[in-house]
Amino acid sequence: MMRLSNILLPLALGVALLGLWEWIVAARHIPPYILPAPSAIARALTDNFSSLMLSLLSTLTVTLEGFAAAWIAGVGLAIAFSRSRTVERALYPYAVLLQVTPVVAIAPLILIWVGFDHINAALTLIAALVAFFPILSNTTQGLKSADFNLVDLMRLYGASRWQILWRLRLPTALPHLLGAMKIAGGLSLIGAVVAEFVAGSGTATGLAWRIVEAGNRLEIATMFAALLLLGLLGIGVFAAFSLLEWALLRHWHESALQQQR
Amino acid sequence: MTLLALNNVGKRFDNGTEALAGLSFHVSQGEFLSLLGPSGCGKSTALRLIAGLIAPDSGEIAWTGARPEISFVFQEPTLMPWANAQTNVRLPLDLKNVPRTEADTRAMAALTRMGLQDFAGAYPRELSGGMKMRVSIARALAATPGLLLMDEPFAALDEPTREALNDDLKRLAREDHITVIFVTHSVMEASYLSDRVLVMSPRPGRIKSEVALPPGPRDRLSIGFSDGLRRVTGALLETA
Repeated sequence: MMRLSNILLPLALGVALLGLWEWIVAARHIPPYILPAPSAIARALTDNFSSLMLSLLSTLTVTLEGFAAAWIAGVGLAIAFSRSRTVERALYPYAVLLQVTPVVAIAPLILIWVGFDHINAALTLIAALVAFFPILSNTTQGLKSADFNLVDLMRLYGASRWQILWRLRLPTALPHLLGAMKIAGGLSLIGAVVAEFVAGSGTATGLAWRIVEAGNRLEIATMFAALLLLGLLGIGVFAAFSLLEWALLRHWHESALQQQR
Repeated sequence: MTLLALNNVGKRFDNGTEALAGLSFHVSQGEFLSLLGPSGCGKSTALRLIAGLIAPDSGEIAWTGARPEISFVFQEPTLMPWANAQTNVRLPLDLKNVPRTEADTRAMAALTRMGLQDFAGAYPRELSGGMKMRVSIARALAATPGLLLMDEPFAALDEPTREALNDDLKRLAREDHITVIFVTHSVMEASYLSDRVLVMSPRPGRIKSEVALPPGPRDRLSIGFSDGLRRVTGALLETA
């Protein structure tokens, strides 16, 4: 009953708002190049479906590749930090510097350095840079949160540092890492979109580029259709990582158990 | 036969706290020895030194022959929340790369001895405080230790659970001929379980007095037990 209302309530609100939007556009005679009606957006979506899907696929690919690169770099560096305070002290300030520098400011540089002939690599790098820090920061925190008594117990039983990492530190860090992955998935998508905007038309082929292109042509309905797909993509990425989190933590972690009560 | 001896052991932590100064005592093979004393007197530090988890600043810990396999039971159950009871008990065996089938069999045997054979697949969150502590003890036993170090393991449990676990521990230590060093605040617990009770002084800890208790089974309601309890209480009050 609770679950059904969780779905029906926002759905009913959404339908009502779309209806209101449709009515206002018709009643006020708002031109479609200012605000297209939802029906016009739906038409634009069906008319351009295959090309929009290709753009969606392109943005999704950059998002996932950027996320994967951020995950590998973030988790790898966090493990290095957990093993060596010296490495952490030396590198952490630079990681923070990377985090606080606006990606829009460095995206043009990256595009120039990587080159427009390797545009996808540049886009992936930018998406990875945006998604990198939450993974590094949360995983580092998680790896350090291992129960000291369990660490001592493992040492007493002759565990190697690798065994302590694999059997204790990484499982302890898992809830932190999964939380970071939900944030980083969204950030990777934002990074991909920003990178496409900066790259401009003629190079990138993703949804952000379609938004720019449709804007230039005053095809506002197509612009909205691309925006809608971007929003759905973001929700999809978040939902996928939430599902992964639930699957991995449902037996033991408080965050998953709270949802079951 | 003496298993180990601490000779004039001292330990000062980085923050300047002197936990132990001139701590000396010996432990015999198969003995159940309790360390009793006020909070912060260095009882837990002594256990960690014996386990080799920290090193003494002065003095020495001398073993007769090779150091035996050591297991440690903490005040908290210290279980891995992501692993079920059997996997938790199997931990020391997995770390020593014991084949999985053998490790599972030994873990189940240890759980059965603690009366938890029906809870092998249960996660720690599904177990009561007493059951978690039983899993922790089963894990310690699965490693077949020669020396079992216990740091106030039953302090957080209610009285009936604590008494039941005391009985189980006493039985298991006797059956397996394990040497036990048991840290506790409870005079009752120390008097019931131990062959010998060492009473420590306030920080920096050292041994202030020793009470040897008569061997054999104990009844909490017997006059003999009351006598032991009175002697241990007297020794503790003298150090206060």
